[in-house]
Amino acid sequence: MKKAAKRIYMGLVFLFLYAPIILLIVYSFNSSKSRGQWGGFTLKWYAELLQDRQIKEALYFTIIIAVLATIISTIFGTLAAIGIHNMKRFPRSLSLNINNLPVLNPDIVTGVALMTLFISVNIQLGFVSMLIAHIVFCTPYVILAVLPKLRQLNRHIAEAAMDLGAKPSYALRKVIIPQITPGIISGALIAFTLSIDDFVISFFTAGTQVTNLSILIYSMAKRGVKPSINALSTIMFLTVLVLLLLINKKSDKGEELLL
Amino acid sequence: MGKNLIELKNLTKSYNGVTAVDSINMTIREKEFVTLLGPSGCGKTTTLRMIGGFEDPDDGEILFEGRLLNNDPPYKRNINTVFQRYALFPHLNVFENVAFGLRIKKKSNEEIRLKVEKMLKMVDLEGFDKRNVDSLSGGQQQRVAIARALVNEPKLLLLDEPLGALDLKLRKEMQLELLDMQRSVGITFIYVTHDQEEALTMSDTIVVMNKGIIQQIGTPQDIYNEPVNRFVADFIGESNIIEANMIEDFRVHFDGSDFDCIDKGFRPDEPVDVVIRPEDIYLHSNPADGKIQGTVVSVVFKGVHYEMLIDDGNREYMVHNTTMFPVGSSVGMNVMPADIQVMKRKEEEPCEEE
Amino acid sequence: MRRRMKLLAYPYSAWMMIFIIFPLLLVLLYSLTSGDIHDFSSLQFSLQSYKRVAEPIFLKVIGNSFALAIISTIFCFIIGYPVAMIIARANPRHRGKLLMFIIVPMWMNFLLRTYAWMAILSPNGVLNRFLNVIGLQPLEIMPGEIAVLLGMVYNFLPFMILPIYTVLVKIDRNLLEAAGDLGANKVMTFFRVEFPLSIPGVVSGITMVFMPAVSTFVISGLLGGGKTPLIGDLIEQQFMSDRNWHFGSSLSIILMIMILISMAVMSRMDRNDEKERKPV
Repeated sequence: MKKAAKRIYMGLVFLFLYAPIILLIVYSFNSSKSRGQWGGFTLKWYAELLQDRQIKEALYFTIIIAVLATIISTIFGTLAAIGIHNMKRFPRSLSLNINNLPVLNPDIVTGVALMTLFISVNIQLGFVSMLIAHIVFCTPYVILAVLPKLRQLNRHIAEAAMDLGAKPSYALRKVIIPQITPGIISGALIAFTLSIDDFVISFFTAGTQVTNLSILIYSMAKRGVKPSINALSTIMFLTVLVLLLLINKKSDKGEELLL
Repeated sequence: MGKNLIELKNLTKSYNGVTAVDSINMTIREKEFVTLLGPSGCGKTTTLRMIGGFEDPDDGEILFEGRLLNNDPPYKRNINTVFQRYALFPHLNVFENVAFGLRIKKKSNEEIRLKVEKMLKMVDLEGFDKRNVDSLSGGQQQRVAIARALVNEPKLLLLDEPLGALDLKLRKEMQLELLDMQRSVGITFIYVTHDQEEALTMSDTIVVMNKGIIQQIGTPQDIYNEPVNRFVADFIGESNIIEANMIEDFRVHFDGSDFDCIDKGFRPDEPVDVVIRPEDIYLHSNPADGKIQGTVVSVVFKGVHYEMLIDDGNREYMVHNTTMFPVGSSVGMNVMPADIQVMKRKEEEPCEEE
Repeated sequence: MRRRMKLLAYPYSAWMMIFIIFPLLLVLLYSLTSGDIHDFSSLQFSLQSYKRVAEPIFLKVIGNSFALAIISTIFCFIIGYPVAMIIARANPRHRGKLLMFIIVPMWMNFLLRTYAWMAILSPNGVLNRFLNVIGLQPLEIMPGEIAVLLGMVYNFLPFMILPIYTVLVKIDRNLLEAAGDLGANKVMTFFRVEFPLSIPGVVSGITMVFMPAVSTFVISGLLGGGKTPLIGDLIEQQFMSDRNWHFGSSLSIILMIMILISMAVMSRMDRNDEKERKPV
């Protein structure tokens, strides 16, 4: 009885979480263009998706920005984390507090603040400003993911390496970096997810020339969404699902990875 | 010792088809200090958890003062537990940890204060009431756990390896303190441990378990001096276990000689195991003075005594003696009849309850 | 060694000054001035935009934002706590899977999910068609506050579930058994032991839901249809269409300050809880 109640409750919660997603998937096969009306099965939105220049361009910008922002903020953040870790107490906590600002501030404040900066110093809003903005809000998360690993690191390990004749740069590359790799990877994953999903900060820093998927969907949602967006979201959702299922199957550490 | 407090009848529990406790029977009397002793996975903790109500038995009965207890949840049993790693509530201070059970019972603040203070005094933690439990040492946490259980005035206290996390010196101190407490509050303790020395020091009765089966129930002296089988002999202290033949009542044959003994009731020529404790073998510098002759093959100084291995051609005997015989010297060995413990051969056979 | 490693942080320190501190100072500057934003020499100190924030219609917007954010946080807590508890108590083999199914929707683009709710809730959307089929009156919740609330709860629910789960799953089962052993039944054990121990998770869950909820402009823009503008909508308008950066900046500063205050209150609650247990 109690078990049944639990199952029903979880079922309802999952229904709530998945209903909109299932609906999008169903719509992606719906030949009727209007929402809420079933006009028969079709794959034409998928075909249209391949032809749609606007969507393809937005997808391109989303991915290229996410990849670049991830690479840059991961390298930048890892080095900064090592530096911050080795600072004295006061500068360290000051740096960390500033670093936390983009994490704790509402996205909209970070967004308008960056927009204000770019316009005030006459940087044209576009690809570069958006990339910089993404690096600004991704790097703090990389630092937050790497720092705990540095704290776990044996303090003497770098000293031991140098005692054995390694130069500091060699010790960094061959001893410290390999030890904190799990933190770097999870930092990179967080950065990539945040960047690819970001709307608010992109919205304020992209200007009119560049559009990513989120911005495209936002502008469409107000006017009416092309059904090929449903097709795209179906493809994206299934990709993510398959990836996660594979990870989960491969290791029981799925839980850890996701968190 | 008083009347029967708790009885286990054919108690059985298995996990995923593996039997953890196999149809055990046991009676525990009031004010008794009973120790469940055995290696890890022998079923001792499972037995304790069934008594506490944390596991449901698959089969069998638990009777508490003659009343069936099986279906009562833990919070309805007049039994309290001291958990393995104490399980103190980290969000409550020392006072509130101890007061927890009383608060549940909705006692008045005044009564709670008096009882908790008395209890803290008893476990030597006066003035610690406002302390955070995480700030206490292992030994202090241990005392809080005991106070938290005892303040409810249970008829039975279950202790699951309560000293396992402490270092050796503290453990020895706590053993004596626990014994004192048990004597002064006069309630029954069921104590689980894998440490045979601890069991021998503290218990009125030891229950030796292995593979979910009770091997032997008896006083520490019984268990040490008269183990009923090879497992018990081996688990309790060091011993020489020798395959032998029972010629007739009071006579047993091994290593080429017949020995007098005090056991009877075996079939003629029945194969048996003989246990001789290392300290029960007497050494003679003249080999002819001993019934068995051998050569010393190793000597280790153990503080009070020397531990020597002596080879008689059939086996190596372990011998404890305060006099050192150098390696290579020939010695004679003798054993008193009372020190020869004859056991049935079949290994790990469950014993019947006395 | 330490001294040399420290150098690695300097580029980032400079970066933080330029892209984190300086932009916020700019916002602060604009909020305290009036004049042409493109001509720094024309800027003059003025509290005018803050005075404007205090006008009743804008105070109402701020009030609405907080009310909606608080209500959606409460709903997330009421719905999310039991979910976290059920997953934490589930068989460890299934936990990973259950958790994954909570997280998967978050991997779907946030705007797509909100757009999907538009399709469900709009006047001739799926919900109303369904109600029509079973012979009920259609609901007029979108555009409106209820739809905004629903969108908030939907989007932020996992942020409530995950931190609570993380704390609950780490609670030593022995503690719950100990409470039972001391006479507490399941309900008492929950309220006296399990819930108090999960408070740190609840606090971070509340923060993680409240923050994005109070500052959102997407959800209110798409599901609220401008009927109940929130502070986020107002800020977006000032920067994107009205081009009144001074007013937008003071709204941003006010939003920041209020969020900082509520976070300080929350962390105080968390710390108080801890302090009680610390020795003096």
